[in-house]
Amino acid sequence: MNRVVITGLGVVSPLGNSVTEMAATLKSGRSAIGPLTNISTEGLLIKIGAEVRGFDPAAHFTDKQLPILDRCSQLALVAARQAVAQSGLGFRNGLGARTATILGSGVGGMNTLDESFHRIYAEGSKRAHPFTVPKLMISAPMSHITIEHGLTGPSFTVASACASATHAVGVAFQMVRSGAVDVAVTGGTEAVFTFGAIKGWEALRVMASETCRPFSKSRSGMVLGEGAAIFVLENRERALARGAAIVAEVAGCGMSSDAADIVLPSVDGAISAMTACLADAGLAPEDVDYINAHGTGTAANDVTETKAIHAAFGLHAKKVAVSSTKSMHGHALGAAGAIELAATVIAMREGFVPPTANYAEPDPECDLDYVPNEARPAEIRAAISNSFAFGGHNAVIAVRR
Amino acid sequence: MVNEKDIVEIVSKQAKVEADAVKSETRLADLDLQSIDIVELVFAIEEKFDIEVPYAPSDQNAAGISFKTVGDIINAVNDLVAKQHPEKAG
Repeated sequence: MNRVVITGLGVVSPLGNSVTEMAATLKSGRSAIGPLTNISTEGLLIKIGAEVRGFDPAAHFTDKQLPILDRCSQLALVAARQAVAQSGLGFRNGLGARTATILGSGVGGMNTLDESFHRIYAEGSKRAHPFTVPKLMISAPMSHITIEHGLTGPSFTVASACASATHAVGVAFQMVRSGAVDVAVTGGTEAVFTFGAIKGWEALRVMASETCRPFSKSRSGMVLGEGAAIFVLENRERALARGAAIVAEVAGCGMSSDAADIVLPSVDGAISAMTACLADAGLAPEDVDYINAHGTGTAANDVTETKAIHAAFGLHAKKVAVSSTKSMHGHALGAAGAIELAATVIAMREGFVPPTANYAEPDPECDLDYVPNEARPAEIRAAISNSFAFGGHNAVIAVRR
Repeated sequence: MVNEKDIVEIVSKQAKVEADAVKSETRLADLDLQSIDIVELVFAIEEKFDIEVPYAPSDQNAAGISFKTVGDIINAVNDLVAKQHPEKAG
């Protein structure tokens, strides 16, 4: 089996629109959660979120491209450009056919869907815009990446709600490891700040009105985010042979399903995914210095995840640093796993553990080291990133230096 | 005052039991209602009485509302209707 390394990474996230910016924000521990500015919050109970700021679509796309790109495609394309540029790879020399493109997304073109339905139902418009379908399809961001870079190998989009991106990276990793492809462009994207989507989240009664405080006694729920993170994964031999700079190694992945409840997470499912990931990566619990938690800030997730970490890591659970960067970039749903894996890789590269921001006071049921509020210098040898989705779909990725 | 029968009907429908199995002192836990069922129940009540119910189970220090029994729901709905639709109370 081939070893797999990351040779490119790109992010457009609430923590910054480049890896450099995101690293600085993660280190500062500043939360990007704040009042929503890109939409009107009149009539909404939820008025906060973590938005991508300072992103000017016209600076990245031509007048001809823009009308066919939903925001989720725009974010993904820009992140993919960064990742491909860092990798130094070109794909139009035959490599494109040996490259997989696998993205994750929760819902795809929500802005397009919302606008189109509003036109038809509310404004009484007789027709939808002709680009409605190609813009809203959940696979569109991935399609545009293949077209822009000439990626002619296997390509598809994975949907497993909030674990979508982690499943996508996991499958991409397995394809490079098995030799099915030599390179994979993978990650996730999401952009769901629309009136209709937020109404749906309000109705589920899991949202915080103030801010996201994962693992704190006073946590009150999750806060939505948006963004994209894209990785170039490459066969290690190939990357070394061409003298590529290696960002990190993808060591393993673990996946499991609760097969239990459509919204409530199970401890057993989370344990299975983490345990499978460690075994796949050949890591002992003691080898792991950092866990980027799913850490949504809901009553249910944070206790369940804490119990699962105890079970999967045994005595090491109390020693390993655990943080939820959702406290800073919000919950980007189908892109969450990619943004959090990016945060994990950045932390490993730069020698620090990103904090759990907005941490207020301990909860007796959440008794791990959550790295409250301040980043901590640390050498991370290996780390895992957890994603536990609605539906009970769990995916965990391990990376090492 | 709201009609208690309306609430009993909503609860019995959600729990898939006969209406006469639902009493004021009936505990929601005994009706085998899961968290998502209670969220749906609250939605049905909001729609029926045109009120906002501040039900936030993810809030650890819920200043909002929690329900243990059917009677808790009846009391809460009475209060909320009185506050949000004073013209209908009395």
